[in-house]
Amino acid sequence: MAQLWSDYVWPLTVMVAQSVLLLVVLLLAVAYVLYADRKVWAAVQLRRGPNVVGPWGLLQSFADLLKFVVKEPTIPDSANKGVFLLAPLVTCVLALAAWAVIPVNAGWVIADLNVGILYVFAISSLMVYGIIMGGWASNSKYPFLSALRSAAQMVSYEVSIGFVMITVLLCVGSLNLTDIVDAQDSQWGLFGWFWLPLFPMFAIFFISALAETNRPPFDLVEAESELVAGFMVEYGSTPYMMFMLGEYVAIVTMCAMCTILFMGGWLPPIPVAPFTWVPGVVWFALKALAVFFMFAMVKAFVPRYRYDQLMRLGWKVFLPLSLAMVAIVAAVLQLTGLAPR
Amino acid sequence: MLQAYLPILIFIAVALIMGGVVILAGRVLGPHRPDSAKLSPYECGFEAFEDARMKFDVRYYLVAILFIIFDLEIAFLFPWAVALNEIGMFGFVSMMVFLGILTVGFIYEWKKGALEWE
Repeated sequence: MAQLWSDYVWPLTVMVAQSVLLLVVLLLAVAYVLYADRKVWAAVQLRRGPNVVGPWGLLQSFADLLKFVVKEPTIPDSANKGVFLLAPLVTCVLALAAWAVIPVNAGWVIADLNVGILYVFAISSLMVYGIIMGGWASNSKYPFLSALRSAAQMVSYEVSIGFVMITVLLCVGSLNLTDIVDAQDSQWGLFGWFWLPLFPMFAIFFISALAETNRPPFDLVEAESELVAGFMVEYGSTPYMMFMLGEYVAIVTMCAMCTILFMGGWLPPIPVAPFTWVPGVVWFALKALAVFFMFAMVKAFVPRYRYDQLMRLGWKVFLPLSLAMVAIVAAVLQLTGLAPR
Repeated sequence: MLQAYLPILIFIAVALIMGGVVILAGRVLGPHRPDSAKLSPYECGFEAFEDARMKFDVRYYLVAILFIIFDLEIAFLFPWAVALNEIGMFGFVSMMVFLGILTVGFIYEWKKGALEWE
């Protein structure tokens, strides 16, 4: 009995507790990321943004949650009901699933997979299913067009994200996300992180992440002037909220990946005394927030792309550029003998 | 080896339960007063006049095909990138030849206009 407890029940309880803790922290973070997004957007347009619910509007996201929950969920008559309800669930769960392997500090990870980055890549590839399912099951014209567009858009930028990951892997020699952060640990602090030697890839990754998560200026999926709200037209109440939640979790995931791949994860920017005392998770959160701030500013500044421009950027600029960079980085590592052991 | 994946399964299960509860909460706590206008597909106030699952542009299909080629290539590059140091010059040159062949295909599809959207 004691054996059963110490071998199975206790580790299982710990895993469940860890999962719940991470989910709660993540969802709280998303609530405030949403708030930050709206505040930044408002500030750029010289508005105040949400400022009524709670002090400085800090409880706005929770008020929105309540509002979504007490609204009536409608399912169109012609829709495929099962798939229609499954789509937001798939979007949300897949977006959250990526976080199982993301280390927020040395050793602070649910599952320290040896193929972590491959797992994140696979999960983010699957994200497109939620949108296609939603668009198809609605059996309505706008969602259908939007699902087509978004499928093409997401897979196009998936390719360049893949090549960017390959260049980072070439410099690391491991698929483990913790190893990727450790490889950036040096006496040079923030100048030893990969953003500097791989700067073009950093830029490509950031822009592709915008496209991959359907953020403005690449939000053609829900271009309100032509497709009203894209694949979410028929959704309301909590299913709609799940789509929105999934979208923002995916954005936070991309910020975290950007932090891990290029900005040294939880490493302090200057490796001397006062900075090394700060816990790694704080650095991680600060860096991810800094990336998110860029996401929010891009949304406020840049006008929406046209669809042909979007596809041209993805296939004719980013794909050749990142493919060439894979070859160049590999050649440099091979010829200089710098390839990691 | 596979033990490392158990926490992921548990994490996904917890996320699924949470998502299911949220969707159910909307069902239980929200009102439920359907009528035929409310449940018709949205089309800017018009009656929906034909099936929504219509013909679509073949270029979406083309993009999907191209994506499969390049995504497979990326999946092929992952182990190569990790082991670059051990496979040495031979591995490096073989992959460059492979990438070269793919690039020829890419140039062909570019010239054929498969990447054109107007």
